[in-house]
Amino acid sequence: MPDPPPAPLLTLRGIGKSFFGVRVLDGVDLDVAPGEVHAVVGENGAGKSTLMKIVSGGYAPDGGTVEVAGAPRVFRSPRDAQRAGIGIIHQEFNLLPERTVAENVHLGHEPVRRGLVDRRAMRERTGRLLASIGETTLAPDARVGQLGVAQQQVVEIAKALALDARVLIMDEPTAALADHEVELLYGLVRRLQHRGIGLLYVSHRLTEVFDLSGRITVLKDGRRVTTVNTTDTSTDDLVRHMVGRELSSYYPDRAGPADRGPVRITVRDAGNRKLRGVDLQLRAGEVLGVGGLQGSGRSALARALFGVAPFTSGDVTLDGRPVRLRSPRTAMRAGIAYVTEDRKGEGIVPRQSVLDNALLASRAVFAARSGRAARTRRVRELLATVEVRAAGDDQEIRFLSGGNQQKVVLARWLALDPQVLLFDEPTRGIDVGAKSAIHDLVRRLARDGAAVLMISSDLPELLGMSDRIVVMRDGRIAGELPAAATEEDVVALAVGHVTETDR
Amino acid sequence: MQLVQRRPLPPRRVRLRPGGVLPILAILVVLLVLVGIRQPSFLDPPSLMSFLGRSAPIILLAAGQYFVIVSGEFDLSVGSLVTAQVVVAARLIDSDPARTWPVVLLLLAFGALVGLVNGLITTRLRVPSFITTLGMFLILVGAVYLWSDGAPKGGLSEEFRRFGRRAVEDVPLLGRVPYALLVLLAVAVLAVVLMRSDFGRTLVAVGDNPRTAQLSGVRVWRTRTVAFILSGLAAAVAAILLGGYSGVSFQAGAGLEFGAITAVVLGGVALGGGRGSVVGAMLGALTLELLFALMNFYGVSGALRSTVQGAIILLAVAVSATRSSSR
Repeated sequence: MPDPPPAPLLTLRGIGKSFFGVRVLDGVDLDVAPGEVHAVVGENGAGKSTLMKIVSGGYAPDGGTVEVAGAPRVFRSPRDAQRAGIGIIHQEFNLLPERTVAENVHLGHEPVRRGLVDRRAMRERTGRLLASIGETTLAPDARVGQLGVAQQQVVEIAKALALDARVLIMDEPTAALADHEVELLYGLVRRLQHRGIGLLYVSHRLTEVFDLSGRITVLKDGRRVTTVNTTDTSTDDLVRHMVGRELSSYYPDRAGPADRGPVRITVRDAGNRKLRGVDLQLRAGEVLGVGGLQGSGRSALARALFGVAPFTSGDVTLDGRPVRLRSPRTAMRAGIAYVTEDRKGEGIVPRQSVLDNALLASRAVFAARSGRAARTRRVRELLATVEVRAAGDDQEIRFLSGGNQQKVVLARWLALDPQVLLFDEPTRGIDVGAKSAIHDLVRRLARDGAAVLMISSDLPELLGMSDRIVVMRDGRIAGELPAAATEEDVVALAVGHVTETDR
Repeated sequence: MQLVQRRPLPPRRVRLRPGGVLPILAILVVLLVLVGIRQPSFLDPPSLMSFLGRSAPIILLAAGQYFVIVSGEFDLSVGSLVTAQVVVAARLIDSDPARTWPVVLLLLAFGALVGLVNGLITTRLRVPSFITTLGMFLILVGAVYLWSDGAPKGGLSEEFRRFGRRAVEDVPLLGRVPYALLVLLAVAVLAVVLMRSDFGRTLVAVGDNPRTAQLSGVRVWRTRTVAFILSGLAAAVAAILLGGYSGVSFQAGAGLEFGAITAVVLGGVALGGGRGSVVGAMLGALTLELLFALMNFYGVSGALRSTVQGAIILLAVAVSATRSSSR
């Protein structure tokens, strides 16, 4: 353990938090000294966001203490945290686009003279504040909506400083920035350091973490794995800390060479607003795993193939013939099915029955193909095949568990006899039993000749299920890995760290 | 298959599920009892039949409004559409019986066209339906005034008026059964069949979660547009009955859109879509009419009608909102 710099501004001891009985954070310790950049890294779901919400007063912890400058504090709301000098810059900014920079910076605590807002004082203070962090080009009178993302971020920071923040939390600050803007952010972070402000820097981009931070804390599955001095570690070490866990679950056998069929879908140099230069082949009989961080373009890829947000450039061929997948309907008619990651938001119709949910796609697209009674009978059979547990076909789907809801969604798609299945996080939020049932089903579909693409953030699942893995980063395919790849390989590609080939 | 065996869930029969027709039936029965106490003769078959015939137009409009509301939209244009239909019918028929049937067909086409325009503007131009149909409401009011130079012209033929005012006479037990009631029953059966069809189930799905529907291949815009067309058609049928019953005036359809919306909400249909049945909506309209009849019997001023409607809308929405959020 490295020595923490003296007299921390913020100290967390033994922070724990559970949601609905699921432990999200467990005994996390962390401290931030004045003028220090302390980075927090971890996979999706490691507990970073929850921890930041606790520090900034968004959630109350179940256990542990938060101390600011040595004095224990209890935050009942974000306002309490602000008063204690803790500011947070969210990924999504909290600004009023129609107001000026000065108005946004002083929102809720405007300087008042004779009962009216003192605009001149507000402008002057904002100007001084911006100058103090080296921003001389940004005018206090500019309308925030007309500023670029990087400048809006500066306004957010100034807003926190106007409330005398001594600790600033930055949550994925570079996620929205272009490459040249990242340089500007680096400069800003260094000037904040000089002012003696402590920064908690949450990011999964390891390059930035190494460029900026003094210490790094690694979270995994809600626990603190380690805290290290940045100079004493390497990206390899960090990646190992981020993933290191044993493969324990059971996965069905992979496809043998005999199972691999012909190429079903070929994507050549395709792109859209979120994707660039994607080349990809999907084969019958095979499960292609897609890894990558959130926002890396994994879902965008599936949605482009399903015609929700189509490719705007490049070519797609299906069984050798060029196709334009411009809407879900055209994709469905081409034999493609898509199981969304947002089951609640766009996977189910919550107040309709299990049967209605399972029939939704057949009704919409192949209404006249077969008799209604025969179709209903077939969907009932499928519901039984995927083993949905419900009080009956007529039960509203919202009363089912996540796993059973997902099985109903699967039945909906299986009713169309799809040749290509796109799964986006098919087992997210699903209990263990249903999870392995879905794994078996996915594998069985592939064995029966379907081409399967499966996106997963769950690395053991990705490695356990896939015959081949592509990893995405920043809207591109960063690389392809064989079935025998390790978790480190996937994470290294996802965060943009080139592993030494001799490993 | 390696499956963790779990006990099947205990059967959970939620009879009083939100959106069911049971609550509105209960209210209807209570009102019937109250009416029976105050005015026993109201429940005699002849007066009951005539009450149902009189209520037919608003029940039809409630059914039409149901399709639009359950798909997640609104139709405020039906009141002025009814007025426009009645005035147009009078001028085109001009008391000539031979023109009755062509004009009836024309009115249906006109209703469907207005619905189509409402639907396309809402779904393709992405104007909120509240605004679309409010605009259509005002356009129709103005157009009708303009077209008839400020006063209704012509007159309806006796043939046309038959639907709204005549009845099948000498029916055993019931006495006279108004044509309007027969039309209503036919439309009600059609509506129930429609809601059980693929289209009906898809319509409810669109109202409940349009994202899911779209990702399952539903053409959400087409489904909603058809709902508006159905509402326009219902308004046309209501106009034919209403014109026959109460004659031609610029007030023929005034306020009916709010009556229909109140009725639909009272019938347990969620504003915003996705919940409730067409039977509930029609029972809601019947309940509303019965409530007005009851107010009449108790000597409550008719001027309070709109106040009562407003209170019902607020109450019904508040009840359904608190019930669904407590789940």
